Amino acid sequence: MIEIINLCKTFNGKKVLDNLNLTINKGETTVIIGRSGGGKSVLMKHIVGLLTPDSGQVLINGEDITRMNEKELRAVRMKIGMLFQGAALFDSMSVGENVAFALTEHTSTPRAVVDERVKKCLAHVGLTNIERLKPAELSGGMRKRVGLARAICMQPEIILYDEPTTGVDPIMGDAVNELIIELHDKLKVTSIAVTHDMVSAYKIASKIAMLYEGKIIMVGTPEEIQNTKNPIVKQFVTGAATGPITDTTSLKDMF
Amino acid sequence: MLTIRENLSSLGQKTLELIRYTGAITILVVDVVKVMFRRPYRFRQTIKQMRMIGTESLPIVSLISFFTGMVLALQSAYQMQKISAEMYIASLVALSVCRELGPVLTALIVAGRCGASITAELGTMRVTEQIDALETLGTNPLNYLVIPRFWALLISVPILTVYADIVGMLGGYVIGVYKLHITHHMYVRMTWDPLRHRDLFVGLVKSLAFAIIICLIACYEGINTKEGAEGVGKATTASVVRSFILIIAADCLLTAIFYFIGKV
Repeated sequence: MIEIINLCKTFNGKKVLDNLNLTINKGETTVIIGRSGGGKSVLMKHIVGLLTPDSGQVLINGEDITRMNEKELRAVRMKIGMLFQGAALFDSMSVGENVAFALTEHTSTPRAVVDERVKKCLAHVGLTNIERLKPAELSGGMRKRVGLARAICMQPEIILYDEPTTGVDPIMGDAVNELIIELHDKLKVTSIAVTHDMVSAYKIASKIAMLYEGKIIMVGTPEEIQNTKNPIVKQFVTGAATGPITDTTSLKDMF
Repeated sequence: MLTIRENLSSLGQKTLELIRYTGAITILVVDVVKVMFRRPYRFRQTIKQMRMIGTESLPIVSLISFFTGMVLALQSAYQMQKISAEMYIASLVALSVCRELGPVLTALIVAGRCGASITAELGTMRVTEQIDALETLGTNPLNYLVIPRFWALLISVPILTVYADIVGMLGGYVIGVYKLHITHHMYVRMTWDPLRHRDLFVGLVKSLAFAIIICLIACYEGINTKEGAEGVGKATTASVVRSFILIIAADCLLTAIFYFIGKV
């Protein structure tokens, strides 16, 4: 279980996370929605310990990762896989080396076993015989899949997806959604995704949380979110240009 | 026109930036010292970096050192011939190259060629989230990215410097022997006679200091790159400019220390 308690983070005087609270139960797929630049990725980076909060706690299985030293944090990170928005594959390595990175870096697993695991992970995401290719030779969708294969290589308990469908065409986007659902069912992992793609959110989520002005303002099932009376959430999920969100931030000021 | 208040405010901001920058570099130094002897030792990456920094810099270091040696011999000949002291050209070239020009020119070449490349590579890794990915995969980016480059620079730059010294003296020899008609025997004797171990030592100490400067600035600028492709460009420029300034400043400081305190 992941518990986020009173999390605060400020960048250059701007409060990005403001006493944020969220609980994610084991085995659930939670999608965090919110506007671009609203702090979704910042929240994600706090969950994996890439950012340190100004105050507050991030508890993973009851342990506060914000107070951990490097060694303890590394052990926690081994239980977490993360898919980055642009896949973040290492350019200098082949696909196979990318997927096997954590395994070769932190274990002394024999080469044959590593190769077998790489093949299996790539097969999980629907890719075969691309181990020798370089990331630059792959399409956007393939890069995301390889990123996902790398994320699941250490058999994590938690998978984080940062904008999983951004930057790929709608068909590939749906294929990524299917993959997330499939991995969730097969590997029984806890998944957290941040996105502003509502089609993807409704499809993959067991719970959706709306992040607005640094706080989680609503948590509910996809149906509850879809039928909400909350005007802020309603404007966001329907994608209306006018409403309480744009009244306060004023779209007029932006143009 | 800027008012006095605006000028003072800008000066204050720049001073604060300088203090912040110095602080950040100091923190990086402490972090590097903390992890530089820590496992895992990345010999393969270090060798790969040494090849890039050392071996691949050899042609340009050869070219520049050779020409510098020649220019130095020609320029000194201009003065020395007036007092019929041509034979001292060899000593002048040897001492200037070993104590000053060899280390400084090599460091400037490495900063421009390899420091920029290190910043651009790490900067691209930063903006494409590859450094974040390293951390989520349980690997310390400092250990994985900075330490191999640090060792590679620390080993390669002094070796390149000694090589530049030899090639620079060879450049002087070509002018001295073939243009100024100093005999081979005399030129070699006048090169070796005034050279002491301490001259080589001064050059090597300088080159080690320059290697540390290049690594710290290049890695710091790369890891702290912001704002996409434009940010990578800005970081690379900042890396080269700041390295150049610090190399020259450190050279001045070290020369003064050796001259006034060490008397070497």
